[in-house]
Amino acid sequence: MAITREEVRHVAMLFRMSLSEEEIARLQQQLSQIIDYFQVLQQVDTEGVPPTSHTLALENVMRDDEPRPSYPTEDILANAPLSEGGFFRVRAVLE
Amino acid sequence: MELYDLTIHEAAALLARRELSSHELTQAVLDRIHQVEERVEAYVTITEELALKQADEADRRIAAGNAAPLTGIPAAIKDVICTKGVPTTCGSRMLANFLPPYHAHVTERLIDAGLVMVGKANMDEFAMGSSTENSAFHPTHNPWDLERVPGGSSGGSAAAVAASECIYALGSDTGGSIRQPAALCGVVGFKPTYGRISRFGLVAFASSLDQIGPLTKDVTDCALVMNVIAGHDRRDSTSAPLDVPDYTQSLIPDLKGIRIGVPQEYFVEGMDSQVRTSIEAAVNKMAELGAEVDWQVSLPSTGPALACYYIIAPSEAMANLARYDGVKYGYSDRRGDSMWQNMELTRQHGFGDEVKRRIMLGTYALSAGYYDAYYLKAQKVRTLIRREFDAAFQRCDVLVTAVSPTPAFKLGEKVADPLQMYLSDVCTIPMNIAGLPAISVPCGLTDGLPVGVQIVAKPFDETTILRVAYAYEQATDWHKARPSL
Repeated sequence: MAITREEVRHVAMLFRMSLSEEEIARLQQQLSQIIDYFQVLQQVDTEGVPPTSHTLALENVMRDDEPRPSYPTEDILANAPLSEGGFFRVRAVLE
Repeated sequence: MELYDLTIHEAAALLARRELSSHELTQAVLDRIHQVEERVEAYVTITEELALKQADEADRRIAAGNAAPLTGIPAAIKDVICTKGVPTTCGSRMLANFLPPYHAHVTERLIDAGLVMVGKANMDEFAMGSSTENSAFHPTHNPWDLERVPGGSSGGSAAAVAASECIYALGSDTGGSIRQPAALCGVVGFKPTYGRISRFGLVAFASSLDQIGPLTKDVTDCALVMNVIAGHDRRDSTSAPLDVPDYTQSLIPDLKGIRIGVPQEYFVEGMDSQVRTSIEAAVNKMAELGAEVDWQVSLPSTGPALACYYIIAPSEAMANLARYDGVKYGYSDRRGDSMWQNMELTRQHGFGDEVKRRIMLGTYALSAGYYDAYYLKAQKVRTLIRREFDAAFQRCDVLVTAVSPTPAFKLGEKVADPLQMYLSDVCTIPMNIAGLPAISVPCGLTDGLPVGVQIVAKPFDETTILRVAYAYEQATDWHKARPSL
């Protein structure tokens, strides 16, 4: 297996996502198979080849820093599971 | 012929001559939805009331002499494209109750053109999949054979067009998600150049690969929709500040002077022999229409492109999906004791299996110790893939390939084997990696199932693609075939 159960757990926590034991077992098997398949890339000679992050010949796109209307707070909070006084509400961050 | 079977250009002509009203046309499409939707399940949300209201507005506009080519024509919009006040679920439990506070750029453009929206089309969750089986709500069935998949991720859009449950649809394509379902459902599907259409309001999957495009009954309709949705938008800094031509000018029925290349690597191992025969016959037809054909084009990085994609797309997806935290919008699991625990549970129970798999792949590929071996390596291979295409387009105007190595497969056939499912995108992924425009056009039937041919051109050369597609379509009857439902 290209990836251990512990690694599956670790990667899930890097993303802040919990998984059941059954999901961990299944993902270990499936991810290992897919990661093995990725080895095909190691056969490609990329010596001296620069990476491409996107395909447009655009560099930084700048605009004037001028204020313009945004969305009303109540429209944005309308989808919030919990809100209070114009803020999103969450459980305690620090214990 | 039934009203719901009309194309955009046929319906627009009748509307302009006042031989048909948008209300009548919209009612005919809604009746069709009532007749077949139970079997096809192309939609997540049907917006009947809104559609009839928009149809009446369109009729007033037509009466006032202000009609545009799409005015009053019923459409489906993939449920990953924001529609203000109308649920936009992305096929996910995470967004099952999400009401966008704004329209996507393309939605605004269509509304300005006189949109009649009949519904939001089903899709694989967050556009991740090739069969629409990853929808959190229900799978969609292929109108040509209800036991088969419509392809994905824009399977709802493609099935709705094929079943005449709309006149045209919008989809999105990150690795083939417009072209593959278009091929499997026997309709025209176009992924324009990356940057040609604003992604503002398209819920992000992989931001350097995602592109919106039309699914239509023929190439003329494709050009008509492109004329409305293409162009720069300052709200998407990756939309290209380029002029947009009138795409209907490309609808020329001959191919004199067009140089076609056929890349050998796209006749992949395991390709259905009848698909291969259909593609070869399509190229021969294009040659008859005046094109020169080079059958020996080689793009050696085609094989590694699939692995390259399944590193880059999940890496970008993982960054984009980190926004679903159960705090700002969407599903929120509050069974935990702390903010972190709530976030972890929200993601475990809000995302489906395929989305979790890709999040895990992306997080793994970007994590300490693996970044160079996977993500950086994939980005370098991406450069090689683009260079090979650039070299091919020095000698060819378009490349012609299959869209999918097989016709539509059975529902459930590939669900348990993610890698097999990924391999069904082998012919469409390289164009997203290189940012190229590509279309799928119907080119045959094999055992009663549609086959699509893919036409690819260099960046921003949508006009040549539409010309080749149109000339081919006009010389054949494949686009006229309809499933019997």
